[in-house]
Amino acid sequence: MAVLEVNDLTMDFGGLRAVDRVNLEVNDGEIVALIGPNGAGKTTFFNCVTGVYKPTGGQVKIAPPNGSPEEIQGVQPHKITHKGLARTFQNIRLFQNMTVLENVMIGRHSRLHSGIGGAIFRGKKTREEEKQLIFDSYQILKKIGLEKWVNEQAKNLPYGEQRRLEIARALATDPFLLLLDEPAAGMNPHETTSLVDLILKLREEEGVSVLLIEHDMSLVMILSERIYVMDYGKRIAAGTPAQVKKDPVVIKAYLGEDIDA
Amino acid sequence: MLKDKLMRSFFVSLWFAVLTFPIMVVRVNTIEDTVTWRWGNLIMVLFGSFVLSFLWSIALERKSTGSKKQTIVSKTFNNLRATVSDNRNIKLALVAIILLFVVIFPFITSFYQMSIMNTALMYVMLGLGLNIVIGLGGILHLGYIAFFLVGSYSYALLNIHFGLNFWLALPIGGFLALILGILIAVPVLRLRGDYLAIVTLAFGEITRIVVENWSSLTGGPSGIRSIPRPAIPGLDLNLTDTAKLVYFIMIVLAALTIFITIRLKDSRIGRALIAMREDEIACQSMGINTTRMKVIAFALGSVFAGVAGVVFAANTTFINPASFTIWESVMVLLIVVLGGMGSIPGVVVAALVIKLLPEYLRAFSQYRMLVFGAVLIIMMIFKPDGLLPEKRKHYSFTDDDKAEMKAEGK
Repeated sequence: MAVLEVNDLTMDFGGLRAVDRVNLEVNDGEIVALIGPNGAGKTTFFNCVTGVYKPTGGQVKIAPPNGSPEEIQGVQPHKITHKGLARTFQNIRLFQNMTVLENVMIGRHSRLHSGIGGAIFRGKKTREEEKQLIFDSYQILKKIGLEKWVNEQAKNLPYGEQRRLEIARALATDPFLLLLDEPAAGMNPHETTSLVDLILKLREEEGVSVLLIEHDMSLVMILSERIYVMDYGKRIAAGTPAQVKKDPVVIKAYLGEDIDA
Repeated sequence: MLKDKLMRSFFVSLWFAVLTFPIMVVRVNTIEDTVTWRWGNLIMVLFGSFVLSFLWSIALERKSTGSKKQTIVSKTFNNLRATVSDNRNIKLALVAIILLFVVIFPFITSFYQMSIMNTALMYVMLGLGLNIVIGLGGILHLGYIAFFLVGSYSYALLNIHFGLNFWLALPIGGFLALILGILIAVPVLRLRGDYLAIVTLAFGEITRIVVENWSSLTGGPSGIRSIPRPAIPGLDLNLTDTAKLVYFIMIVLAALTIFITIRLKDSRIGRALIAMREDEIACQSMGINTTRMKVIAFALGSVFAGVAGVVFAANTTFINPASFTIWESVMVLLIVVLGGMGSIPGVVVAALVIKLLPEYLRAFSQYRMLVFGAVLIIMMIFKPDGLLPEKRKHYSFTDDDKAEMKAEGK
């Protein structure tokens, strides 16, 4: 069953068509990769799905495992997060001056309810919610392996840990689908390996499906069950890693055409 | 290294001497057609700029080579701050001393001291209110004083036309400012960064200009006079007693503001506001409705300004638009920046310093703005986080899942 189904998604910036009628599907519990050369429109695609941009055409349908299916194109980002899609960013966007724990606590925001009144009077309900929140957030940090940084400011973390914190924060929103935008960018091989383990573990334990953009082909080949390839805004190939690897169109997009041939 | 610096300073002072030559050295007496050459001034300029530039370059180097090397002053200060925040007893003792001082203050000082303290406390309240908007929410709001104006005028007008007394006007002034805050938040929501700053700036000016020109309602530029002071029914208060009363009203209001902002800072809403300050796009993607958060920040900030405005009108008994210029907005902004964005003790200290210091430095009043500017530049270069930078709450955990976890504020 597809948890995410994108039909003919199109995004125009003035006269430039950044995403051109792209179709994509993510099934429940699947890890899917979206690859393509720089400027192919992958991140724009992500931004359309998560509501940062309003797509100019096409549909984005979601079917949460324990909810009713609906169309979400053009819905505001915070509402999409509330519906169960969580993302990370290509260039890390942590809340730099907040502590690691607080970053994760922000992720839980949309699942909680206390308002201004609760904040000022700090009634029993608010106190309990806060206590539960701290507990839950700490558990998430433990799961990701960041618990030793708990009170550290996010900006003081090593680079690889910052990337992991972004995932922890996304996970805190209780998603059924994680959208990871180049999670391994700038990581060393050791960090990449532990990232692969983490993503596999999350799918295993949390039951989340994953859609990821990545340039690190070794990671893509190990992790993903299916791969979509984009170039110049169009989807040029799709299939299993083995199929995509051999696809002449993909090779051409990445390496360019052979002049002599 | 040292030689470089000395050379540099020398050339700086030379250049400075050339620049200031016409004003500092040459004096033309047009009546007697004589020119006086004041060479002594030249030497003073040379020497002064040399020393200052040398000190400046040393300070800059210290800053760039390492924040690790702390000066004795900053070290003892940090240690002191850590001890105070770690040790519950010391903290309580400190609070008790401050409380005691606050209570006996009006009985040991003069009328003059009390009235400048009253103004300073209003600015504490304004600073804390703006701290919610700028310090927590990261919305650069340059028209904040407009809400202060709304509070003042709502008391003045309601009193003149309907005979409303001070105590009733307090919540009403706050409420009207709140309504205006929500109204202005609506168009402002679509903007961010510089554009937002410009719109809020314009809003502040528009409010003042409307009040200035709507003479039939507001009395125009000449303002509204003989606004009644706060009073307790059945008690006959003289001027000093009223000042004491205003003092205690302001203390209660400021304490209330501090209490609310402290509670807010580490709540779900407060954290969302801070996240919005840190990164608006990431904040949205984490499921936070930034539109709503902006309205909340604006509205909350406005209430405090509105209430402070009511007290201001009652305290001075005379208001006119000239008290609510852009300069006042800048002052409040200054308090927030100087104190440290988002830091509550910082803002309180900065408000007191900025409003009280000029009063005590009346002797140097002609250099006041000069010193002010210099202090600000030096602050922003050497301590950009403010006097008392914001500290985030720390949590400690016992590393057993079943065990009760413990959260402590630090």
